[in-house]
Amino acid sequence: MTSRTAGEPLVRLSGVDKWFGQLHVLQDIDLSIDRGEVVVIIGPSGSGKSTLCRTINRLEPIDSGEISIDGERLPEEGKQLARLRADVGMVFQSFNLFAHKTVLENVTLGPIKVRKQAKGEVERRARQLLDRVGVGTQADKYPAQLSGGQQQRVAIARALAMDPKVMLFDEPTSALDPEMINEVLDVMTSLARDGMTMVVVTHEMGFARRAANRVVFMDGGRIVESADPETFFTNPQSDRAKDFLSKILNH
Amino acid sequence: MQFLSDNSDLLWSAFLTTLSLAVTSGLCALVLGTVLVGMRVSPVPPLRGLATFYVEVFRNTPLTVVFFFLFFGLVYVDLQFPTRFVTAVAALSLYTAAFVCEALRSGINAVPPGQAEAARALGLDFGQSLRTIVLPQAFRTVVPPLGNVWIALAKNTSIAAGFAVTDLTAALQRLANVNADQLLAVFAAVVLGYLAITLPSAWLIRLIENRVAIVR
Repeated sequence: MTSRTAGEPLVRLSGVDKWFGQLHVLQDIDLSIDRGEVVVIIGPSGSGKSTLCRTINRLEPIDSGEISIDGERLPEEGKQLARLRADVGMVFQSFNLFAHKTVLENVTLGPIKVRKQAKGEVERRARQLLDRVGVGTQADKYPAQLSGGQQQRVAIARALAMDPKVMLFDEPTSALDPEMINEVLDVMTSLARDGMTMVVVTHEMGFARRAANRVVFMDGGRIVESADPETFFTNPQSDRAKDFLSKILNH
Repeated sequence: MQFLSDNSDLLWSAFLTTLSLAVTSGLCALVLGTVLVGMRVSPVPPLRGLATFYVEVFRNTPLTVVFFFLFFGLVYVDLQFPTRFVTAVAALSLYTAAFVCEALRSGINAVPPGQAEAARALGLDFGQSLRTIVLPQAFRTVVPPLGNVWIALAKNTSIAAGFAVTDLTAALQRLANVNADQLLAVFAAVVLGYLAITLPSAWLIRLIENRVAIVR
């Protein structure tokens, strides 16, 4: 595995449990993610992979266990939590671009409101980021005027504008038309190459093979298997993973 | 007609009283209602409870009773508003704020939860996310229900007439009592006075609605 382990892992979950009512959605999860590592989380629906992703910036609170980012324990609520979230970029399945703001405003909002950076400089950088994800010409439009793939790339630029330490992707291509999936995956692949630490929940096995350092397979709220992509896809250890792979890789 | 022009001073000042009752109370209710809805959707349980309590008390109490309490009940705790006009504004604002809060809350519920999630994920705190992301979108969808609240308020000002505030309804009572034969003329003038407030409001509401509509 191509690890760049320099001391502390960037993200560490230990003994994390979460319940939705009677349902034990996360069961004693331990996971460490190193700086620059790209971890892809896969698994059947309802396996808890999205929930796991969302606990990392506490969009989902946990019932027990501990999560820390860059050595700092995730606070419960309030300003400290907001400050920590600013360092964690998040890309959602349904894009969640601010509907009443232009594309450019979507990208500049965080740096201006949260980081209190100067507007001129923030806008210059935002335009660079929009160019980088290939939607530079759409800066003055509203989200609804863009295609799904374009919206998702704006969402990536919005997250990048905060200079995050780690980026979370919660099924970023699941709401996209097939022809738009690649334009988003290309952006993510180039991010991975640039050394961004990423946690990606996805069903895109091609992306997992291409860009991941590690594949984490979840089922029934547990991490069943964790291996580098080559090993995982060619020689899965658990029966559950074998079964899952046989269902999705056969067509 | 002669009769109306003889009393135009009274009618005009009554119209202005009604208008300023409505506008002042409307603005106060909008501010108070916004604060209340902020509390009602906040993650802090005591704030939520307090706001819910407020809304249920004022939404379910007849406005006349609220007036009655502020005019005659508050003296028992040694409180007194400076003028009858201010007392009326207080009653109307406190009462209407509950409806503003609920109208706004329906708007907030109509904003997809992903919007607030994205705001929080960026590092905005609860207040920032409410002010910059959720409320601006909520206000757009609540223009029609807020319009209803405003028109109801404009008409509710007439209750002040029963508490010695000389508004349009009070002018109607006064003039009609003295000149029963002119009842129809006075009645028409007063109704026109209310329509002069509510009808342009309805047009304005439609205009604002079209102006702020967002594409989703």
